[in-house]
Amino acid sequence: MRVYQLATAAILVATLGAACSGGSGEPSATTGGAAASGGPVTLTYWTWVPNMDKIVRVWNQAHPDIQVTVSKQAGGDDAAAKFLTAARAGNPPDLVQAEYQMLPSFVAAGAVADIRAETARAKGEFGEGVWGLVTLGTDAVYAVPQDSGPMMLYYRRDLFEKYGIEVPKTWDEYAEAARAVRGKDPKVFLGTFSSKDPGWFAGLAQQAGAQWWSIDGDAWKVAVDDEATRKVASYWGGLVKEGVIDDMPYFTPEWNKALNDGRLLTWPSAVWGPGVLSSNAPKGKGRWAVAPLPQWNAGENHSGFWGGSSTAVAAKSPSRAAAATFATWLNTDPQALGLLIGEGAVYPASTKGAALMTEAPGYFSTQPDFWKQAAAIGATARGFTFGPDVNVTYNAYRDAFDKAVADRSDFTAAVRTMQDTTVADMRKTGFTLAQ
Amino acid sequence: MTTRPLTTRPVTTRTRKGAPRAGAVPYLFLAPAMVLFTLFMALPIGYTGYLSLRRTKVSGLGLGAGARTEVFAGLGNYAAAIGDGELWAGWLRVLGYGALVLALMLGLALVFALMLDAAHVRLARITRISIYLPYAVPGVAATLMWGFLYLPGLSPFGDHPFLGAGLVTFSMANVAVWGGTGFNMLVLYTNLRAVPREYYEAARIDGAGELAIALRIKIPILVPAIVLTTVFSVVATIQVFTEPTTLRPLTNTISSTWSPLMKVYRDAFVTGDLHSAAATSMVIAGISLVVSLGFLRIVKNHAFGED
Repeated sequence: MRVYQLATAAILVATLGAACSGGSGEPSATTGGAAASGGPVTLTYWTWVPNMDKIVRVWNQAHPDIQVTVSKQAGGDDAAAKFLTAARAGNPPDLVQAEYQMLPSFVAAGAVADIRAETARAKGEFGEGVWGLVTLGTDAVYAVPQDSGPMMLYYRRDLFEKYGIEVPKTWDEYAEAARAVRGKDPKVFLGTFSSKDPGWFAGLAQQAGAQWWSIDGDAWKVAVDDEATRKVASYWGGLVKEGVIDDMPYFTPEWNKALNDGRLLTWPSAVWGPGVLSSNAPKGKGRWAVAPLPQWNAGENHSGFWGGSSTAVAAKSPSRAAAATFATWLNTDPQALGLLIGEGAVYPASTKGAALMTEAPGYFSTQPDFWKQAAAIGATARGFTFGPDVNVTYNAYRDAFDKAVADRSDFTAAVRTMQDTTVADMRKTGFTLAQ
Repeated sequence: MTTRPLTTRPVTTRTRKGAPRAGAVPYLFLAPAMVLFTLFMALPIGYTGYLSLRRTKVSGLGLGAGARTEVFAGLGNYAAAIGDGELWAGWLRVLGYGALVLALMLGLALVFALMLDAAHVRLARITRISIYLPYAVPGVAATLMWGFLYLPGLSPFGDHPFLGAGLVTFSMANVAVWGGTGFNMLVLYTNLRAVPREYYEAARIDGAGELAIALRIKIPILVPAIVLTTVFSVVATIQVFTEPTTLRPLTNTISSTWSPLMKVYRDAFVTGDLHSAAATSMVIAGISLVVSLGFLRIVKNHAFGED
């Protein structure tokens, strides 16, 4: 009963934490100045950006009164679960890296602070779309945007030439190319549909114009099962059923090998793709190129977001102002942005940041205009508001699409399941839903 | 010579002089165990029970402070846990998996133990250690290793759908059998070594061969140990979590609620509903208690040699 013990242990810790913090009451939003306590303010920061300790060292040297300690996290859903558990237990870090889609869950759990007052200056540094992701369409500001993940099409330029395939401009052309590749070499697929990556699917749905959640007055509207999403689902379902698109999930050893061996020719992914490709498919160095995602209608120009994250301040942090100051510096200061790009391989969300990206990633050394392309594509990306129980929706995606892929059944039914599961969970928890 | 027991004197002394002390001393010895039990078993279980009777209630959009409160839920979480078809489907999957693992693992353990114990086996020590060795490999590492061996495209066994819908239960059972056989074999083997060799000599004089000795003498003697290893294995099977959880990212045939414990994990850490998770874990704990006690009751006479 390992998990059971784990859960009870966590629960025990939670009770102790609650007992300890019970007397202190709500921390004031304005504490955080070094003057209050005499010594320097110390902040803890959970992040998975590589080399963040080097970036923070620069801050610590310039700001002896606010010292930040970095705690390296694994990232992904586990990091979010860990933060929520720590927040519930009463001992969260002061600052946390929060993926955009997880932010509403953090807010709904009361785990992150509204830092509207402290970030008034930062607002102008970001585009409207990305700023909306941290306000959730309300007056509050729950985080400072850090990086974003506009989606684009990564493809093997050399193999496209070998098989005589044009870069697909529309999803119809992509499907045609998928069939053509299969005809030329039965060992090779144009791409794969991943039933493990709801964020990827959400990005494709955004491109098609989906709006999975929205706030209607005092009620949530859930529209996972909308026209655009169904269109995306039935498109991929058709290709998988036809056998012209592979169905192995992304980020598995098998997928890595197929990428490395040149048995997968495209990957519709996000701007952070080069890091993944260079570590998972080292043999492809210099052979990949980027293009905009294929469009649903010729002449359109849309993209979606896969991933991207922000820096949030824990509601329980006793040094909220200091934490917000650091979060603003980290994501808007030119020196910090330079470090984020150079040391952390981050694609900054701030408008200033994009201009700082000049030298193409080493893996794409044959494509010197990589960042120019990325910036142009990024400008066409449209996102949507994420709901307060994205984790439920994403889990439903994995289970429902796993099954749909295995059974070769209707993908739109899986989308229906996502919708139903999300609505049922929100209703059970008591959210007001608009119908 | 008197045959008065030697203990009489000390006992009377103690009852006369040390009686008040003797009352406290046993409790003093028990205290550390009791304190640890209360802190790390009774309290968490009690708190889990408390949590399972409550739920989170959100109002409006659920954003902002105070939108989320904890309220009494009565037996609602239990009703939901018991009424959840996924949980029972999980039990069914685990039942099939468990039948495979129990039969294969314990069968192999018994065969290996008997073979190693047979007379004139060469290299018994090396063989014993090599069969036991997989048990020393942590479950996650073992499962990952097998996962790589199963993946089409990477597998040295060729391009077979080891993780496909038809084979995935067998593939998982294989990992558990590989890891658990050695341990169970060792328990049985140790029991066999404790049997007086005279039994076998007598049997041989009566004309019994190795097979007859194994079937007529060794296995009957082993019954209590077999019952013990079965109970351990049943409990371990009910708790199956590591294998499916580790293999899940590699295939689309294992859902997030494949086994009952995975559902608890999902509720607690993926969807963030501690209250449902607490109720479900209480249900699972109850079922495993009933199953293991029920099994012990059925085989009671064999297990403890009672009549």
